[in-house]
Amino acid sequence: MCTTCGCGIGQTLIAGHALKLPRKPGEVMRYRVHEDGAALAHPHTHQHDVLNGALDFGAGAAGTHAPGVSQSRMIKIERDILAKNNDYAAENRDNFSTHGIFALNLVSSPGSGKTTLLVKTIAALHGTLPIAVIEGDQQTDTDAARIRAAGAPALQINTGKGCHLDAYMVGQAMQRLGLQDDSLLLIENVGNLVCPASFDLGEAHKVVILSVTEGEDKPLKYPDMFCAADLMLLNKCDLLPYLEFDAELAVDYARRINPKLKVIRISASTGEGMTEWLDWIAIGCRNAVATVQRTAEPKILLE
Amino acid sequence: MHEMSLAESVLQIIEDTARKQGYTRVKTVWLEIGQLACVEQASLRFCFDLVVRDSIAHEACLEITEIAGQGRCAQCSAEMPIAALYEACPKCGSYEVQVTGGDEMRVKELEVE
Repeated sequence: MCTTCGCGIGQTLIAGHALKLPRKPGEVMRYRVHEDGAALAHPHTHQHDVLNGALDFGAGAAGTHAPGVSQSRMIKIERDILAKNNDYAAENRDNFSTHGIFALNLVSSPGSGKTTLLVKTIAALHGTLPIAVIEGDQQTDTDAARIRAAGAPALQINTGKGCHLDAYMVGQAMQRLGLQDDSLLLIENVGNLVCPASFDLGEAHKVVILSVTEGEDKPLKYPDMFCAADLMLLNKCDLLPYLEFDAELAVDYARRINPKLKVIRISASTGEGMTEWLDWIAIGCRNAVATVQRTAEPKILLE
Repeated sequence: MHEMSLAESVLQIIEDTARKQGYTRVKTVWLEIGQLACVEQASLRFCFDLVVRDSIAHEACLEITEIAGQGRCAQCSAEMPIAALYEACPKCGSYEVQVTGGDEMRVKELEVE
């Protein structure tokens, strides 16, 4: 469609599909309106380039072949929709690396055993290093209460209707928690295997937890999360004898998405595989401390 | 429904740019959304219509250009179109296919007054 007068409607394609009419029925086309005299100066003798499946409004100064016809103008933005979140995530990551904090973002479906895993992890690491927990749930602070009972400071973020934590929320929570240098920060995301995949919180790793009471094809059904994670914990493995869950197949599916995915089979309730998980954490914490770049004057967090 | 957060981010970008560029009305918003970006377009449109109410973009048309997924096999270096993250390389069968395009979510351009 001509952006000056609207001629040629129905011929413009976007990625091979017809340009949709403006979404609100009954409204006039909102591309470019004629100003007084503009129609006369536009006698339809010009040739339109074949757009071949793409709209290119970026060619001219105002992005149109007849600039100045109306007050409309084109502005090139080229900005990532998640740029703001990514900026906050970079700030968080910077704070973590300045203070030797090893931060993990734990993601899974609801009911995979994240909170139990955290409680057991905190109990096992008690006295060896400072741990803090950020809990994300839509409602209630029962998870944070469970963590506090296990002996670690915890802050609950209630996302309301929100389906994931974002980097800004975590930055705010970090300030409230007053994290210690050289500590472990465990962030339990909202139980949701979809949305948290897209939001970087500044963590060192996303850890995805899949429990054997779910289907082994979950990695294929929800690939983004398994793609974003560096470690998969296959939880509730003590139940395998009672289930028809094919653990090999689940791991195989997960590695189709992410060939580099590390997998640890655990059972938070019986303790199976916990040593390997705790060793993995210990290595991460050591690396975080070893690579710390402390500024002369600590700039964050401690109230 | 992270599309709601994405729609809010789009509006934030529009409003931030408005402060710098001094426009008061947004007529069209062009987004580029990759096929592999974990975004449901219908849901994003629905959320966009909600969040732009009472904003400078309340009448804006949302145009979404879908960017096809592209991958490259780490084993045999073949380049291929991919529609899902778990697809095997059609040439050598390896699952070590790295996404090289189609995971973007970008505000491309605005038409403003």
